[in-house]
Amino acid sequence: MTANNKKILLLGFGNPARADDGLGPAVADSIETKNLPDVVVEADYQLTVEDSAQITEYDIVIFADASANGPEPFSFEPLNARQEGSFSSHSVEPAQVMALAEKLFGSKAKAFMLGVRGYEFNRFDAGLSEKAKANMEKAVDFIADLLKTKNFNKLNKEIACF
Amino acid sequence: MSKRVIIEPVTRVEGHGKVSILLDENNKVTQARFHIVEFRGFERFIQGRPYWEMPVIVQRLCGICPVSHHLAAAKAVDMLVGADKLTPTAEKMRRLMHYGQILQSHALHFFHLCSPDLLFGFDADPKIRNVIGVALKHKDLAVQGVMMRRYGQEIIKATAGKKIHGTGAIPGGINKNLSIAERDTFLKDIKQILEWARGALKIAKDYTVENLEKLKPFGSFDSNHLSLIRQDGAMDLYHGNLRAIDAEGNKIFDQIDSSDYLDYIAEEVKSWSYMKFPFIKSLGPEKGWYRVGPLARVNTCDFIDTPEAEKARQEFMAVTNNKPNNITMAYHWARMLELLHSVEKINELLNDPDLQGNDLVVKGERRNEGIGLLEAPRGTLFHHYKINDDDQVVMANLIVSTTNNNEPMNRAVRQVAADHISGVADITEGLLNHIEVAIRAYDPCLSCATHAMGKMPLKVTLYDEQGNEITSKTKE
Repeated sequence: MTANNKKILLLGFGNPARADDGLGPAVADSIETKNLPDVVVEADYQLTVEDSAQITEYDIVIFADASANGPEPFSFEPLNARQEGSFSSHSVEPAQVMALAEKLFGSKAKAFMLGVRGYEFNRFDAGLSEKAKANMEKAVDFIADLLKTKNFNKLNKEIACF
Repeated sequence: MSKRVIIEPVTRVEGHGKVSILLDENNKVTQARFHIVEFRGFERFIQGRPYWEMPVIVQRLCGICPVSHHLAAAKAVDMLVGADKLTPTAEKMRRLMHYGQILQSHALHFFHLCSPDLLFGFDADPKIRNVIGVALKHKDLAVQGVMMRRYGQEIIKATAGKKIHGTGAIPGGINKNLSIAERDTFLKDIKQILEWARGALKIAKDYTVENLEKLKPFGSFDSNHLSLIRQDGAMDLYHGNLRAIDAEGNKIFDQIDSSDYLDYIAEEVKSWSYMKFPFIKSLGPEKGWYRVGPLARVNTCDFIDTPEAEKARQEFMAVTNNKPNNITMAYHWARMLELLHSVEKINELLNDPDLQGNDLVVKGERRNEGIGLLEAPRGTLFHHYKINDDDQVVMANLIVSTTNNNEPMNRAVRQVAADHISGVADITEGLLNHIEVAIRAYDPCLSCATHAMGKMPLKVTLYDEQGNEITSKTKE
């Protein structure tokens, strides 16, 4: 399969009613409006085990989440499946979803993690903070370009943070 | 010197909960509490908003059971718009949505949260005692759990419109029916889902029966039980009247219209917890606390109206000679019994042509007060709204399922702490997990907290009697 016909899933997650925790779904909403070919966009409050089954349908998965203490305006880095799940809630972490996809369904998908820096998480508010919104717009520009060119092979840890 | 142990948040439950245990100088438990940070601000947040927004907006309360809030709010709004009896299509579409929710939630809890403890033992290394460990050692079981959960989620998507912020239930009915194509997609897999549900029930039953003597005292105590019940006494997870029984099975009240809940249920506030403590008014706060959820529902009902679940109920009740089962760890068996019941109900509904009907909404005479009750996966859920003449919400009272189980969870923590930690100088992961196992039996959902990257540590702190920190450990 060539880079140009790889099937890509962008999965934004977070609670849109908790201010900047909604950055992941906001990224997903914004990317969805661009109607990019071969790109499926999903949004959810949190990742759960059945996401591992869905991942098997894709070659590349991009998880988009808010970051409480990561670099500004966002980080983007390859994500490796992690088998240890020593701590979790009803939700699972992206690395664990990838581990489940690999162990249970034989997924070979490559995964990337987009962490958009947020600042306000402890208020009930459907809107993003101004700083988070600015970070999100930069992240969306970057992801949209990447999804158009599909130059994932050029990405490595040296260019992980922006 | 006495010391306080705090576990925050509890692993594999939602949001910000913490357990604090006060130990004396001999490491004997003198006090144990389960603190829950509940977001009561939500009731104020929705005041001033138009009532028809409620079924959608309340889903923001929780990422785990948004469908339950969606449907409970829709039932309350039905009352506001005077829709006292829905069309068969609307009622059955909502029921299908609800049973899809029960299926996915119970499957998630059992396979993701509970099975690691049951399959590997409470004291097993947490590096293997998790869902990934189950995937590696019990791959078939893990696949079944994931696929059952996914099936339930797809039913929600087909009935609510989408997995999150669904809009299916609207004032007085539903906004779509189930197409033939959607129905056939679900029917294609229903036999497999039924088979897996039977298998899950067998695991939970066999585990409980084989370990009965060990499980009987584990976080267990006599209690009252409360649930909705159908008029003929059948289990009904979508609609019914309130029934409460005591530990011996005597009825405290029965067939109470949900609109009258405030005459029978009150809530007590305690200074050390954000979450209220509901109780049966006639018994008072000391004796009137009760359990809700799968264990309570199996105890309160007279029968289940699907054949395989009814047979399983009879086996369940036989363990306690047809008296209420008060074994906390029996929640898991009851939960899988309900999972099978839900799959049977989904199968029944999928074969009902009413789901393809086009009569979707009814209207009636507007009211200023609406109350909707539902048996959510974790227990009875109360939504109560009052509106003004401009259609704005002026009062909202929500009693969520986990709030109903507040006192029982605290009792479970106290009991397990006293039995398993007292006298033990070293507080190990295994010992702490015994407390978490008791809490997880209730499958609490501690209202959605933010989960952003880097915000979910497990913090264990020791305090002395004066509240000074002795030591602290954080597990990322």
